[in-house]
Amino acid sequence: MAKLYEYQGKGLLQKGGISIPKGGIAKTKEEAKKIAEEIGGPVFVKAQAWVTGRTEAGGVKCARNPTETEKGAEEILGMDIKGFAVREVLVEEKLDIDREFYIGMIIDDIARRPTLIFSPVGGTGIEKIARKHPKQVVTFPIDITTGLRSYEARNILRKGEIRGDLQRGLSDLLVKFYRVSRKYEARSAEINPLVLTKQGGIVAADSHIVIDDYAVFRHPELGIEIAREFDRPATPLEKVAYQVEAKDHRGTFYFFQMEGEFEARSGYVGFHGAGGGGSMMSMDALLSQGFKMANYCDTSGNPSASKVYRAAKIILSQRNIDGYFASGSGVASQEQFHSARGLVKAFREATLSIPAVIRIGGNSEELAMEILHDHTKDLPGTVEAYGRDTSAVFCARRLQELVEHWDYGRKGSPKEIRGKPKPSSYHFQTLTGTLYVRQEECEICTDKPCVSSCTAGILKFDGGKPILSITPEEAKRGRCTECLACELACEFHGNKAILIDLPIPGLKEAMRMRA
Amino acid sequence: MSILIDEKMRVVIQGITGREGTVRSKLMKEYGTNVVAGVTPGRRGEVVHGIPVYDTVEEANEREGPLDVSVIFIPAALVKEAALEAIAAGVKLLVIIPDRVPLFDVLEIAKIAKEKGARFVGPNTLGLISPGKAVLGMIGGRVESARDWFKPGMVGVTSRSGGITSAISYYLGRAGVGQSTIIHVGGDAVIGTSHPDVVQLFEEDEDTKAVVMFGEIGTSQEEGVANLMEKGEFTKPLIAFIGGAAAKSGTRFSHAGAIIEGGRGTHGEKVRRLREVGAHVVEDFNEIPKVTMDVLNNL
Ligand code: SF4
Ligand code: SF4
Repeated sequence: MAKLYEYQGKGLLQKGGISIPKGGIAKTKEEAKKIAEEIGGPVFVKAQAWVTGRTEAGGVKCARNPTETEKGAEEILGMDIKGFAVREVLVEEKLDIDREFYIGMIIDDIARRPTLIFSPVGGTGIEKIARKHPKQVVTFPIDITTGLRSYEARNILRKGEIRGDLQRGLSDLLVKFYRVSRKYEARSAEINPLVLTKQGGIVAADSHIVIDDYAVFRHPELGIEIAREFDRPATPLEKVAYQVEAKDHRGTFYFFQMEGEFEARSGYVGFHGAGGGGSMMSMDALLSQGFKMANYCDTSGNPSASKVYRAAKIILSQRNIDGYFASGSGVASQEQFHSARGLVKAFREATLSIPAVIRIGGNSEELAMEILHDHTKDLPGTVEAYGRDTSAVFCARRLQELVEHWDYGRKGSPKEIRGKPKPSSYHFQTLTGTLYVRQEECEICTDKPCVSSCTAGILKFDGGKPILSITPEEAKRGRCTECLACELACEFHGNKAILIDLPIPGLKEAMRMRA
Repeated sequence: MSILIDEKMRVVIQGITGREGTVRSKLMKEYGTNVVAGVTPGRRGEVVHGIPVYDTVEEANEREGPLDVSVIFIPAALVKEAALEAIAAGVKLLVIIPDRVPLFDVLEIAKIAKEKGARFVGPNTLGLISPGKAVLGMIGGRVESARDWFKPGMVGVTSRSGGITSAISYYLGRAGVGQSTIIHVGGDAVIGTSHPDVVQLFEEDEDTKAVVMFGEIGTSQEEGVANLMEKGEFTKPLIAFIGGAAAKSGTRFSHAGAIIEGGRGTHGEKVRRLREVGAHVVEDFNEIPKVTMDVLNNL
């Protein structure tokens, strides 16, 4: 996750030469007690969670001795703070505070520069400081190519009425703080409060650092599991989705759950958007019809059919959704039949039994709509597809009508669409899966549409059975685009011999964990 | 007239031999963009859709220049180098297509571009199109679609979402309202050319009579446009739609830019500010064509 825990952020600050309170991280109350013993004085026990308002929620406790520390840790560990289950506490020495300051770094999107913020009155949130003491907030735009110079830091401090020795100490700290922010490519960073202790030390008492999602790949040392911004830890299903995204760079796939558990027939819809703006607009349309969203999802930027398939499978794995709503901007520049095939394969495998409305306008939408209609007729669920001349609001209304009159008893037993291919069947690897052909079925196939359906042109007939016309290595490297055309052509106009197996690691486990 | 791009400007494509570069160079060339060169290191001498390939932008500039525009199709991690190369070669307009370009890389590009008097659109943009003249990037996807969907006219379109850029323009065209230039400014938090920059360009363009803007939650671009209107620096009618009414604070909805931080950039605040200065903010996306027509009829 691109948000760092307090202790992680402090670790980076310490590496950058900034003092932090003595302490350590504990996963159990025993560990917490031990740390308190080592510190040997009053401590704070702090829940490690990204949410704001941690203190108000009882996630920070003061303890005078190791026994109280143990008790405090016991209370905090496992606590639920705004949906965030606390698994770790930071046990830290209680500082002897003389004064508190605020320092922060944000990216100013108008000036296109990092901006340093300093206030001689720290402690509360910067918004509050800015409201209460507007004159006591100094901001300074940093030159990205030179960084923060020490004289610039002194000028910032001078404007905050910091003079003398304190000015020298703090200017050194500001320079170090910016260096840490820059080094780890923070989208935002803050130390609040920064404490001047009675002993004259300058110590970072609390820190919030958010790493730029797009730079996470350059910082493997941070061990960030999901480079996406959430305000809580990822759910098992979100982790599964993130792995799909990480392993297939054709287009983007973004998924998060908005509601974990809900009853059937309570108005929750599986949402599948395409493109940031179109997705948000479609989401608004859906909500305007009184629906609730089980999840948010966006597959865009010309994703492969296999990626859309996996996204749809993940959406459909959410229990108790009343409908499926897919809608993008309405006028997509990409060829839309890829997404259509991905959806169809997922709907068939999951034996769709709920209404689905798909707004798939854009290039080749006619073909996309045809695929969606023709290849889902035999499913218990209903699939309606619309093109660029139909609005998102209309589609959401359609779904509303379908859901209202839907017979949810009509569950349709998950029928095996085709026999499982034996491992001995003809097969080759694709970028993210395996394509099987049960060639024995080809003997009685008359139309044989498989080879001509492959626009990548990588299949040929060998004695009436399709095989690769390129090397298996080339197919695996991506010449097979996983467009799914051959599988659907064979399913509907051939003899159901082709299966493209596209595994989604962890999906079964994630579903089981929930059950 | 149009802004930023027309059929005469000389265009180079960086990354022309890659998956996207190859496909999109065809779209651009067939549509009428004056694509004079491509660049892929080590691939000098190759030809893509009739476009000669060079090793560096400087070399392309020497042979086929002066180059006015570079369209960049390079993996995100390498975008900074490519952009700085184009700026160093004297190119004044960069269109940075890829998404996931690290924030500090964008800040560095911004700083150097400013010093050298260059401008960039993106990153994370579909590009821009002046209908009937030229396209940069991948708007429209295919030349037939680009011709069919976008018609020349007098409304400027600026949008933070790629798909919506096309959607607004298509729906306007269907209602008989053509466009001067259509631009997708990009979905990221920090971009080279933001809504306020674009409306200022439209202000100077004689043939643009009104502007349609698709805004989103997050960043302060829409507020920036409102400020320009208040100061009288943008005086043409503005029709605006702000997406993300239902989004909650702190969570990212696909676009990195569409995140509400510290209460800034909320839907309500943007709508309020724009209305206050006289913009036509529509609640229903589908009303955009009608409201735009009404505005044009009342000019
Ligand atoms: S369409 Fe299917 S059954 Fe027919 S030849 Fe091709 S793979 Fe075999
Ligand atoms: S073999 Fe051809 S048709 Fe089948 S998935 Fe691969 S590219 Fe598509």
